[in-house]
Amino acid sequence: MDLKTYRTHVMICAGTACVSTHSLAVKEALEREIQKHGLEDEVKVIATGCIGFCERGPIAVVQPDDVFYQQLTEDDIPLLVEEHLLQGRPVEKLMYIPEGEKKPVSRMMDIDFFKHQQFVVLRNRGRMDPEEIEEYIAFDGYAGLTKALTTMKPEEIIDEIKASGLRGRGGAGFPTGLKWELCRKTKGDGKYLICNADEGDPGAYMDRSILEADPHAVLEGLIIGAKAVGAHQGFIYVRDEYPLAVKRIKIAIEQATEYGLLGKDILGTGFDFEVEVVRGGGAFVCGEETALMASVEGRVGRPSTRPPFPVEKGLWDRPTNINNVETWANIPIIILKGADWYSTLGTEKSKGTKVFSLVGKINNSGLVEVPMGIPLRKIIFDIGGGVPGGKRFKAVQTGGPSGGCIPEELLDLPVDFEALTQAGAIMGSGGLIVMDENTCMVDVALYFVSFLAEESCGKCTPCRVGLQRMKEMLTAITEGRGEEGDLERLENLARTIQDGSLCGLGQTAPNPVLSTLKYFRHEYEAHIRDQSCPAGVCKPLITYLIDVEKCTGCGVCLKACPVGAITGERKQPHRIDQALCTKCGSCMEVCRFEAIVVE
Amino acid sequence: MLQDIQKEKGYLPEEALATIASEVKVPLSRLFSLATFYKAFSLVPRGRHYINVCLGTACHVRGGMKLLDKLERDLGIKTGETTSDNRFTLEAVRCVGCCGLAPVVVIDENFHGKLTQRELTKVLKRYG
Repeated sequence: MDLKTYRTHVMICAGTACVSTHSLAVKEALEREIQKHGLEDEVKVIATGCIGFCERGPIAVVQPDDVFYQQLTEDDIPLLVEEHLLQGRPVEKLMYIPEGEKKPVSRMMDIDFFKHQQFVVLRNRGRMDPEEIEEYIAFDGYAGLTKALTTMKPEEIIDEIKASGLRGRGGAGFPTGLKWELCRKTKGDGKYLICNADEGDPGAYMDRSILEADPHAVLEGLIIGAKAVGAHQGFIYVRDEYPLAVKRIKIAIEQATEYGLLGKDILGTGFDFEVEVVRGGGAFVCGEETALMASVEGRVGRPSTRPPFPVEKGLWDRPTNINNVETWANIPIIILKGADWYSTLGTEKSKGTKVFSLVGKINNSGLVEVPMGIPLRKIIFDIGGGVPGGKRFKAVQTGGPSGGCIPEELLDLPVDFEALTQAGAIMGSGGLIVMDENTCMVDVALYFVSFLAEESCGKCTPCRVGLQRMKEMLTAITEGRGEEGDLERLENLARTIQDGSLCGLGQTAPNPVLSTLKYFRHEYEAHIRDQSCPAGVCKPLITYLIDVEKCTGCGVCLKACPVGAITGERKQPHRIDQALCTKCGSCMEVCRFEAIVVE
Repeated sequence: MLQDIQKEKGYLPEEALATIASEVKVPLSRLFSLATFYKAFSLVPRGRHYINVCLGTACHVRGGMKLLDKLERDLGIKTGETTSDNRFTLEAVRCVGCCGLAPVVVIDENFHGKLTQRELTKVLKRYG
């Protein structure tokens, strides 16, 4: 380990989003420039896991000053090094300026996006290099494990987790301690643990981010869990679409093994535990636990009937305890700081914090961690900064394809498992997708139904066929072919699918349709009765027009149109030939005068 | 094993599946069912560049579909197909987990975020 002390650390985000905006090139530029000024003994650059404010990547935070820089490019680096690192003058023009304001915010924890959050699971994000076990250890890493293995009996570990009130973060919210106890009490040798990192909900990426930012926390949680239930083999099932997460967790496993924290005779206590990484194959249904286990066994991932539950008869028919990434990442800190501390966070029935990915039509996209029970409004407006472009908020979709859309009037709802379920949505894995007035709710319902129809494994007829029929009906509605009575038929079919499906995918599949029907029925009716899409999304029901008042005849749209549907003299208002227009929206995208309107 | 071959070759050749089946002693039909069930596998060769348009929810509400339409139009192929010059294979994926950058298009292993139709044209030129 690098035992030198540095006066300054530059933490540069190396989560997937920032890497894709070239944060690694920025890091190299930083190191080059630091060397050029001979600062390499004073300043250290560290590539961290996801810092969370993905919208603003690449991000760098200079510590201990806590100065937050954003949207950096290689060209910004000479100035940053010269001014801030050499002269000690933070560079205002690289800082974050909140929407609608002029003055930049310099300190990270003063930025609205960060200051309302509470970090438990994401405690190590942006403060350490996830590929260095010693940095994790320096931040109390593996202290929980040491405590559990050397001072606690398995039953005591389970009691502690039960007392903390921790519930599974994968979606259903089953009490974690109870699950462990059931698994412990099941007789049988060769129990297994699984970490479910098959994060399939579109719009949710907290599990990827945790694995990338703090892989050792997940691993430590698993080892503690192994001791508690009496397992000696664990699997981490990761989505194939997450190469960086796979890489980091593999490094973590190697390092932990080298340090005697994993493998044979952990910490000299005589306890053995091995962990293997399994890559998924790109099937949404494999997030369902029985399907996931089939996939780990090398079979096609189709769910099977429960009971028997995995804790009784799971992987290769042995008792198996499955929890998701975020749940595992909660374990070490609960053991270390105690259930009493943990249970002060959150609400009566939903303890602790929850990580949400706040995305869609929102100013501050990113990953946020908040205590359970916080109102949705606070997350969306105080942390997220509301809807961009002065548009009106319409709904927030929670819980992925199994969840629902929550309208504005319910925004004061506290986020906990029960409240969201009551509103017809679910907590799910924690995706919050914000929609504005330009999002069509029928289109959103169709989107989810198409997704699920494609991902249905096909075992249960109501799910396989029912979702296809639903998709056809919704398609007809978005194309203006909807009929009176369709909405009732949709509701009827939804109930059949709910009742007649074996696994969670089918049982919850109609939620997006039911919740949009409940809160946005008028939009469906507009499509059916008036043949119009109020949000201006459904192609067959809309027309692109040019506002002659606003059009300056600059000709930009004329050039952008791929089908040559726009005509007009320079400096004269242009027009769109509706017979040729394919409604691709290219003209609207390039127009600088808001002269293209959708009706 | 299948994942490694997929990565190496870009698809699962029939002969490779047959070899695995006899080596590992599992029926070929089982390998076929795995290869068709999981999206990570392809039974046909892919083009030189693999374009994946993200249609996760965040990308969907931020116009991911328009990008896919544009690619289908410009490349003259449908989703799942490969251009005749073997340059591009076009696919759509449900969420790559970069929702903060929506809409996202992944080409080979490079993520391109916050794209507009116009920028996408420029991005494509970089892939020969």
